[in-house]
Amino acid sequence: MSENDKYRIKQLSIFSENRPNRLGAVAKVLKEGKINILGFSIAEGAGYGVIRVLVDNPVTARDLLTKEGFVVKFTEVLAIQMQDTPGGLFDLTDQMKDINIEYGYGYRSPPYAVLIVRVEDIEKGIESLLAGGLRLLDNVNFH
Amino acid sequence: MSYWNPVEVMPVPELKALQLKQLKMLVYKLYTFSPFYRQKMKDAGVTPEDIQELDDVRKLPFMTKKDLRDGYPDKLFLASPREVVRYHASSGTTGKPTIVGYTQNDIESWSESVARGLVSAGVGTDDVLQVCYTYGLFSGGLGLHYGAEKVGAAVVPASTGNTERQIDLVRDLNVTVIASTPSYLLHMGEVAERMGVDIRKDTKLRLGILGAEPWSDKMRDRIYERLGIEAIDIYGTSELSGPLWCECSQQNGIHVWADITLIEVLDPNTGEPVPPGEKGELVVTMLLKEALPIVRYRTGDVTTMSEEVCACGRTHPRIGRIQGRVDDMIIVRGINVFPSQVEHSLMTNPEVGNEFQIVVDRQGALDTMMVKVELRPEAFGDRLFELDAIKARITHKLRDALNVGVTLEIVEPGSLPRFEGKAKRVVDKRSF
Amino acid sequence: MDVWNPHIERLPKAQLEALQLRLLKMQTRRMWELSPFYHERMRSAGVMPGDIKTLVDAKRLPFMTKKDLRDGYPNKLMMRDRGNLLRYHASSGTTGKATIVGYTKNDLENWSESLARAMTSFGLGKNDVIQVANTYGLFSGGLGFHYATEKLGATVIPASTGNTDRQLDLICDLEVTAMAATPSYLMYLGEVAEKRGIDIRKDTKLRYGLLGGEPWSDKMRDRIYEKMGIRGINCFGASELSGPMFMECAEQDGIHFWGDLALLEIVDPDTGEPLEPGQKGEMVVTMLQKEAFPIMRYRMGDITSIMEEPCPCGRAHPRITRIQGRVDDMIIIRGINVFPSQVEHSLMQHSELGNEFQLVVDRKGHLDTMLVRAELKPEAFTDNIIELNALRERISNRLKNVLNVSAKVELVQPGTLPRFEGKAKRVMDRREY
Repeated sequence: MSENDKYRIKQLSIFSENRPNRLGAVAKVLKEGKINILGFSIAEGAGYGVIRVLVDNPVTARDLLTKEGFVVKFTEVLAIQMQDTPGGLFDLTDQMKDINIEYGYGYRSPPYAVLIVRVEDIEKGIESLLAGGLRLLDNVNFH
Repeated sequence: MSYWNPVEVMPVPELKALQLKQLKMLVYKLYTFSPFYRQKMKDAGVTPEDIQELDDVRKLPFMTKKDLRDGYPDKLFLASPREVVRYHASSGTTGKPTIVGYTQNDIESWSESVARGLVSAGVGTDDVLQVCYTYGLFSGGLGLHYGAEKVGAAVVPASTGNTERQIDLVRDLNVTVIASTPSYLLHMGEVAERMGVDIRKDTKLRLGILGAEPWSDKMRDRIYERLGIEAIDIYGTSELSGPLWCECSQQNGIHVWADITLIEVLDPNTGEPVPPGEKGELVVTMLLKEALPIVRYRTGDVTTMSEEVCACGRTHPRIGRIQGRVDDMIIVRGINVFPSQVEHSLMTNPEVGNEFQIVVDRQGALDTMMVKVELRPEAFGDRLFELDAIKARITHKLRDALNVGVTLEIVEPGSLPRFEGKAKRVVDKRSF
Repeated sequence: MDVWNPHIERLPKAQLEALQLRLLKMQTRRMWELSPFYHERMRSAGVMPGDIKTLVDAKRLPFMTKKDLRDGYPNKLMMRDRGNLLRYHASSGTTGKATIVGYTKNDLENWSESLARAMTSFGLGKNDVIQVANTYGLFSGGLGFHYATEKLGATVIPASTGNTDRQLDLICDLEVTAMAATPSYLMYLGEVAEKRGIDIRKDTKLRYGLLGGEPWSDKMRDRIYEKMGIRGINCFGASELSGPMFMECAEQDGIHFWGDLALLEIVDPDTGEPLEPGQKGEMVVTMLQKEAFPIMRYRMGDITSIMEEPCPCGRAHPRITRIQGRVDDMIIIRGINVFPSQVEHSLMQHSELGNEFQLVVDRKGHLDTMLVRAELKPEAFTDNIIELNALRERISNRLKNVLNVSAKVELVQPGTLPRFEGKAKRVMDRREY
């Protein structure tokens, strides 16, 4: 266990083939499990998609989705806090020049904004982000 | 009306006598020189002396795809490797391909069969024939190539692919005859239209030698209406040598050269002959083949047979269009595909689950084949590029195994239909 | 060692040259009489068939270039009427249209004869099983070796390209002794064999590689021998000449050009003046017996030199050294000739792309890779990754159709590719031979 592990956030990645209302089916499971969605994105592949969700109770959500036949994986991502003002993203990217971001999405959470990223080397990512003076959200915020 | 070889119009009694002589020689040769066939004949309780008339062929044991598979690579060969001048290979029903060897005489009688057919359909030295079957291990391309060369026509060995260039060549080289699958010819017509080329006016194309996939008289009419091309049906399979027989210009049945081949049409269940004109499984004995003899080979193709003399004067028996299969083989863009091959290839990928489905359809004039697979849950990852790479690898392996383009769709585990009895893996949406 | 055609192959130099002169005179006269194109060419060069009195007079004949082939599409350069033609092959031209070569029966005969002599000269014969892993079809590489193997009386496996696992199965199971391929493909095959636990040396009978279609080196030849125990034989040819035509003999020292079939010159690429034996320059070929598609002083674009010393094998037919480069910007990828102009022509068909592009050629393992980088016009950008991927695939398919070789396409941001004031340098070749 490393001190930095608390910044590793469990994101649900759900495989979804191109069929009508697969998103609806995911939403239904989460609703019935009384699980709250904190962050969300959909990526399009060739003939399929990957739904990525941050939820307040990832383990339960995974179990429920799996029971319904979905293929679900945990992916570790980072949540970086930034100022909800012009230039907020710039301040952040200035500290991330050496980090290879695979994908990212953001949400607003006044008074801040949050950027969720998957980076190539998560340990190295955490270290350099912290060294750059950036604030990473602790996973207790999500789980 | 001209013939390539006078034997084509030999009176029936003489032809049958010749056929019987060839059959006797074949059986004698096999019994004497082939351990495989001698054992088979012994098991069936038959010796060369039992073959006294043509109907006695029915005493001989059948040969199936399984025999060819088990014989890999050359256990069934009669000729020594030194006498073999060429090998072709067709993808077998599972893993290993079926290897077919040819002696110089085999190549000769193969080309002779094709040449007779081409001439009977009206092809001659002044023709330019573009061969749009695959060249290489698949026997389609080289089979037509050698037949046309024998006739003295100019050959454009276009092989498959690059339709725009194919159309350029048809127009610019004054191509008069094209050999392809019927669906590819229709596809060419569509592409030509998009290119602003009017096949009727801008090219000299008049004849299509079409085969390797099921088609119909309706399609023949459509080809003529759209492109002004007379379409001739051609038949053959790799095991028999390759493409072998075609219709004459009467377009009324495929002439099977009786001095080279003996055919039967049988009830697939009982193995007994069906009454004349009725549908049954085509069973073939190649009378002259040396390297890989073929005796009462069950082709799996369903057709009819007629022994009436054709209006063209040729006395050899004719078979009708292929009307289906006795097994689950499907034909996609002229390539034979067995669901077992697909299964075999898929199972070499650790990420793939046990269920799959093959969806065959037609887009425009061309066949499409989609394979749906379920990934094992543990193979799923969050990275799209990794999923794409897995998908690409599975697709690549399938293409290599089948020799036909495939699109792959990854579906959620559990979403494909499950079967209690015999799995129904193929959904064929085409109409012929 | 057997000799396929002792009468021709053992001709002493003087007699060979006398034969060449006789054939050159005949061929020049045929071209003058039967080809409007060459008739006109010779007239404008101020030369008549009667002017050819010695072999040196060949230099009075006009040159012929790739451009002539392009302008001659489809059949202006062909001599006989179509009734005598038995075959067409086509190679992708420098831009849009293909170059089409026609063959009469004699052309096909001489082509096979040329290769049969060569194959015999290093020890192949009736008992060999030869797997032809060159593309079959319009490209002349596959059918060329196919017919020659047949003429030789050996066994041919028309494997064509692709499906390396199956190629290996056939090599093992059908006891293949020789394989025609590009040198890099043979190396790749060796690698796949190793992965599958097949020792080419012990588990197969493969002993000869008939290798060509791309630049390679003696270093590679050594590597192939060390790794697989296969002797690499250097082959040369081009569709315009018929296809693969000439090879090294068992001495493995220079490629024999059969003097009765071809007249070989080496010229200064800038001045066109003939060079002495031993001097490096551009290869110029006149085919002495071709009927359907004659070739007069064709500038091959390949750089080599004629070897002076007679070959220890005793054949007086001239030899050339390995091809040492090109005079133009042609590159060879997996045995296929690619001109940057072809790539440009193909890319320009897509309205989504800008004017700049770059070709990055590299080698992954032993196989060439080609990456085409093109700038996406701002108005063509879309948020939809599937659409962008579909565009990439369209571009890549079109390229493959034109080039006959697959290319990976990378779409880049406008303005990021290098711009050139003078001649654009489109190709980055990172391969080592």
